[in-house]
Amino acid sequence: MTTETRTAEVDETTDRMWTSRLRRAWLAKLPPDKLLPDRQPAYVASWIYVFGVLAIAVFLVILATGLVLAFAGPAWYHTSSVGHLTNSLHFWSTQLFLMFMVIHLWGKFWMAAWRGRRALTWITGVIAFLASIGTAFTGYLSQSNFDSQWISFEAKDGLNTVGVGAFFNVTNYGQMLLIHACLLPLVVGFLVVWHVLLVRRRGVVAPLDAVSNDVPDLVKPTEDARP
Amino acid sequence: MSPMTVLAGVNDPATYLHVGWVSISVPNLIVIVVMVALFALAIVLPFPKDRGRR
Repeated sequence: MTTETRTAEVDETTDRMWTSRLRRAWLAKLPPDKLLPDRQPAYVASWIYVFGVLAIAVFLVILATGLVLAFAGPAWYHTSSVGHLTNSLHFWSTQLFLMFMVIHLWGKFWMAAWRGRRALTWITGVIAFLASIGTAFTGYLSQSNFDSQWISFEAKDGLNTVGVGAFFNVTNYGQMLLIHACLLPLVVGFLVVWHVLLVRRRGVVAPLDAVSNDVPDLVKPTEDARP
Repeated sequence: MSPMTVLAGVNDPATYLHVGWVSISVPNLIVIVVMVALFALAIVLPFPKDRGRR
């Protein structure tokens, strides 16, 4: 057997490996220049396009402060000055996160951002928004103060009415804290990453009057933002 | 009570506004007004040009 024949057999074998197939599929759908682009279409130069990335920025602040709160515990964040500051940063970042997501949602709704094969991008954004509401809600219930007691007792009747109280018990502090700190951040984080990858794959949607709705891939080098 | 506490009023129940069947707390109304204002400003304000690039 010649060296060339052996090399061809090895190539054929490695081509069939799942890692090779996954790499080829990934690069076909999301090549590096799409994943980390250095140019965007001219229409992206508008303030309405910044709210998505603002939401991601404050989400990172929420994750960082949440990690500190989780490790230090309520005995620290309810009693010390730095604890109060960290707790407040976590709370107000959440307010900004939801505000930026709502404005992002309004902007995308009025430009019909699901055009050009972007339905999944829209759907992952909506589900991420709903999951964020659930995360904020369980966060309110995990404050370990009178406010969280009040909210849980207001919420329990409504949730029991719709029949979920048996397995989602808002008066069960441990359950709410674990869902808030261990489960929902992973869900929101996964959805945000998926959403961003879909935005990178399909490109940023154009305003309604910019291009035809029939053009699926709106990000092209010829639509350069640079003057 | 510090001025910030008075301004934010976080230790007291929120004030509610009632207009017919609509009932909304002042903090929620402020958040909604700020979001609408930010949305409107984002549409009308010009985005700064990148003068450093060719």
